[in-house]
Amino acid sequence: MKTDLIIAGFGGQGVLFAGQLLAHAALDADLHTTWYPSYGPEMRGGTANCTVVIADEPIGSPVVARPEAAIVLNLPSLDRYEPLVRPGGLLIVNASLIDREVRRTDVDVIPIPADDVAAELGNPRLTNMVLVGALLSRRAVFTLDHVAATLEKVLPERHRHLLPANRAALERGAELADEVGVAAATD
Amino acid sequence: MSVELLKGNVAFAEAAVRAGCEAYFGYPITPQTEALEHMAKRMPELGRVFVQAESEVAAINMVYGAAAAGMRTMTSSSSPGVSLMMEGLSYMAGSEVPAVLVDVMRGGPGLGNIAPAQSDYLQMVKGGGHGDYKMIVLAPATVQEMIDLTLLAFDLADRYRIVSVLLADGSMGQMMEGAELPPMKPLAERPAWALTGARDRDTNLVSSIHLDPEEEETFNLHLQAKYAEIEANEVRFEEHLLDDARVAVVAFGTAARVAKTAIAGLRAEGVAAGLLRPITLWPYPEAALRDLAARVDALLVVEMNAGQMVEDVRRIVEGRVPVRFYGRTGGVMPMPEEIADAIRETASAGAASGAPADTAAGGSDAPAQEVPA
Repeated sequence: MKTDLIIAGFGGQGVLFAGQLLAHAALDADLHTTWYPSYGPEMRGGTANCTVVIADEPIGSPVVARPEAAIVLNLPSLDRYEPLVRPGGLLIVNASLIDREVRRTDVDVIPIPADDVAAELGNPRLTNMVLVGALLSRRAVFTLDHVAATLEKVLPERHRHLLPANRAALERGAELADEVGVAAATD
Repeated sequence: MSVELLKGNVAFAEAAVRAGCEAYFGYPITPQTEALEHMAKRMPELGRVFVQAESEVAAINMVYGAAAAGMRTMTSSSSPGVSLMMEGLSYMAGSEVPAVLVDVMRGGPGLGNIAPAQSDYLQMVKGGGHGDYKMIVLAPATVQEMIDLTLLAFDLADRYRIVSVLLADGSMGQMMEGAELPPMKPLAERPAWALTGARDRDTNLVSSIHLDPEEEETFNLHLQAKYAEIEANEVRFEEHLLDDARVAVVAFGTAARVAKTAIAGLRAEGVAAGLLRPITLWPYPEAALRDLAARVDALLVVEMNAGQMVEDVRRIVEGRVPVRFYGRTGGVMPMPEEIADAIRETASAGAASGAPADTAAGGSDAPAQEVPA
């Protein structure tokens, strides 16, 4: 088993944390993982991305030229990573911020209005968790319960009260991705 | 102890704490600043010394002082900051004080950028400062090795009264991976030679000055004998899929782990590729490399620089087997696919050339290619 993905967006959208959550979840499942960030001088507002590799054996390269999956949170990230996702791979798009169509037809495209969903759930900072939920629906790397348990372990004490909202965001993202999947299957 | 997700910079800093580092001196620079940040919190917590110095020049001289006082001590920085430390490192070599330096290399030369590079190989392995001196240079390729080699660096530094360098790159510093930290070690006793106050004992002297040339030469011969002992005893390397390999990659650190992914793909295609990964860059695994050169058709050196370690590989191999080079520079990380292409080309060239020939190739993003003699 081996999978790799890139999560990309603006700094401040929770891109790096979403990747770390998956890496923590991998360790909790006794898998090998690497998390490699883009790192720059800016704290927020610039672009950010991270590459997560998960495998059941030791991992060589922490970077990938053609990821199996990508979660893109803004238009520049779609422009950059749409051409790179491997054929047959997965492209999850934050449709709230990206209004153009995805051109690739050889990848599984899942548009999720993640910012809107997060706002409906009462916290705009849940965007990343909505998209992670969508990923878990399309790639059975971990169960939602497993990731929620990991989140409980890694969230700092001061953020523990946000656990139910995070769980709801994961679930809502997974539901929406299921609906897209069902719609695609019946097209 | 258990496996936790750790960032390379935090991992080596906490490993140093647990190895009994009593004094850390540094100056912030990306991509190693998380280490300084970790030390700023941890060292005072434990009643140990943390100083953010006014510059790297000051930091290394503070390390020199703490080391002369017999403390386990260290600094960490990144390429431009490490350049500023060269004078201090030479003085420390000349005074035979033990210390640990971590260089989380970034793109250069000059101010360069903050992306991962391996272009300080020659500076660390061949000296950098003035005079005939060596430092033990350890090259981690995983976050676990950032920890394990930091512990080793302190032990070797103390055993040989030498500076040990952990030569990592921006990727090793910034990436997170599962790793296990060791238990906390008790602080070591001050060694007998250290400057601890001379009440009721003879005075100690820690100095790098020998004004009489004959005396300086005697000291140099002593240093060279010590270096020969280290070369005999402290070589470390990893052999990966070399038993049946026809083509072998020689690479360290991040370049080596990216090469492993390339090799896994090639093995699935039936290409008999393997990897020799030096863990100690000095002392270099010369015997293992010579032995390998006698068994394979060709070698490919992969580095994140314009071709530095390849000079050592060619020196050691002495033309027994073709040696090609593939490098990316300026902070660009090579991808597994491009390394795989370079290995394929090296393999076919090696199989074609019955007679050993030394070949060279361009750096940057040029593919491995032969340069006409």
